[in-house]
Amino acid sequence: MDLTLKIWRQASAGEKGKLVDYQVQNISSEASFLEMLDVLNERLVREGEDPVAFDHDCREGICGACSLYINGRPHGPDKGITTCQLHMRRFKDGETIVIEPWRAKPFPVIKDLMVDRSAFDEIIQAGGYVSINTGGVPDANAIPIPKRDADTAMDAAACIGCGACVAACKNASAMLFVSAKVSQFAVLPQGKIEARERVQNMVAKMDELGFGNCTNTYACEAECPKEISVSHIARMNREYLSAKLVSQIE
Amino acid sequence: MSLAGLFLISFLVVHLGINLLILFDKSLELFNQAAHFMATNPLIQLFQYVLFFGFILHIILGVVLQLQNWAARPVRYQKKGYSEQSYFSKFMIHTGAIVFIFLIIHFANFFVKAKFGHIDSITYDSGTYENLGLLVVELFRDGAYVIFYVIAILLLGFHLDHGFQSAFQSLGLNHSRYTPFIKGLGTVFSILVTLGFIAIPLVIYFSF
Repeated sequence: MDLTLKIWRQASAGEKGKLVDYQVQNISSEASFLEMLDVLNERLVREGEDPVAFDHDCREGICGACSLYINGRPHGPDKGITTCQLHMRRFKDGETIVIEPWRAKPFPVIKDLMVDRSAFDEIIQAGGYVSINTGGVPDANAIPIPKRDADTAMDAAACIGCGACVAACKNASAMLFVSAKVSQFAVLPQGKIEARERVQNMVAKMDELGFGNCTNTYACEAECPKEISVSHIARMNREYLSAKLVSQIE
Repeated sequence: MSLAGLFLISFLVVHLGINLLILFDKSLELFNQAAHFMATNPLIQLFQYVLFFGFILHIILGVVLQLQNWAARPVRYQKKGYSEQSYFSKFMIHTGAIVFIFLIIHFANFFVKAKFGHIDSITYDSGTYENLGLLVVELFRDGAYVIFYVIAILLLGFHLDHGFQSAFQSLGLNHSRYTPFIKGLGTVFSILVTLGFIAIPLVIYFSF
């Protein structure tokens, strides 16, 4: 396959970036999207040029490192996969592919297609955990959990924190991510203890970092590589409202 | 935002109900009676301020949210987003802004005239009322105004179609069984309200 790539090149956070055209030839249709970029980068290195910086790690769709806004869609045209799981057979020979970094105020570009997603870590630090202060490991079966709740928690925990929801949202809202992280604990007895503080702190941190607001457009759900449901957003809204209503002033 | 929106939706139902009285009674007696009731009942006079508050709250929150949302993506994408999303949700600020402009003109045409201007009286067997119905009928004899009115109501319908179900989601009311029903109900409601409001100027223009 021969392709024209329009890739966002930006030397550093402070500098101005622009789309640069690259031609790649003889790409196998069985290659993954990232392998295609590897081919381009190897050539750029041979030619003494600066290779295109992009995030990647496990390349099997579970780590959440890869990103890329491909032809107007996070993680490219397929549903329910990450960019590393995208294959070149999904594109036509001779096609032009526009590749951009995630765009959101809290995700500043580090270089080219890499963005700084530590805003997500800050949200997790604000409450995305269960405190275990002391003692040994309790027996797993000592706390009965209904199958349905366990399934709901697992569905929410499938979130890999890649940021596609923020990238897809017209408001650059992080609601799907934050709601998945709130939900995975909210339905479990271990998580209920800190549920009120958790949702308030995580939402406050999300707002403080400058993510947009949710207008229920649901582009996040459509683009999420783990197909996290917007029903988690409703659960977070529910948790947040009830926490605000009953929390006491201390 | 969601609560103010749902409140305004409930107001629309009352407003539409009273307006439709025009179509059921060409002598306008029913409508004038209802308008008289709305203008004189002390409870409704009091509630009018709650309504103003609802409008102002909804508008201010809507504008603030939109400004925050624009600020959340200072560098825009070069390639337009192709993500699948609910269509009308993309234009809430635009439909909202046009409905707001309509609201101001609507206010100047009806509310201000009814409240502060002079309206001729009309006497029926049941009593003498200000002939507000005639004000409506005369305005809707102007074709340009009818077109403007119909377009504004259509945009209001698009605004409602997203807003209705969105309000429930924002309040945390999402359920695998009820959410599809709420979405369907919102669409049916939006279509009925739109058709109801559009029918009035059209019927007046073509048959009064």
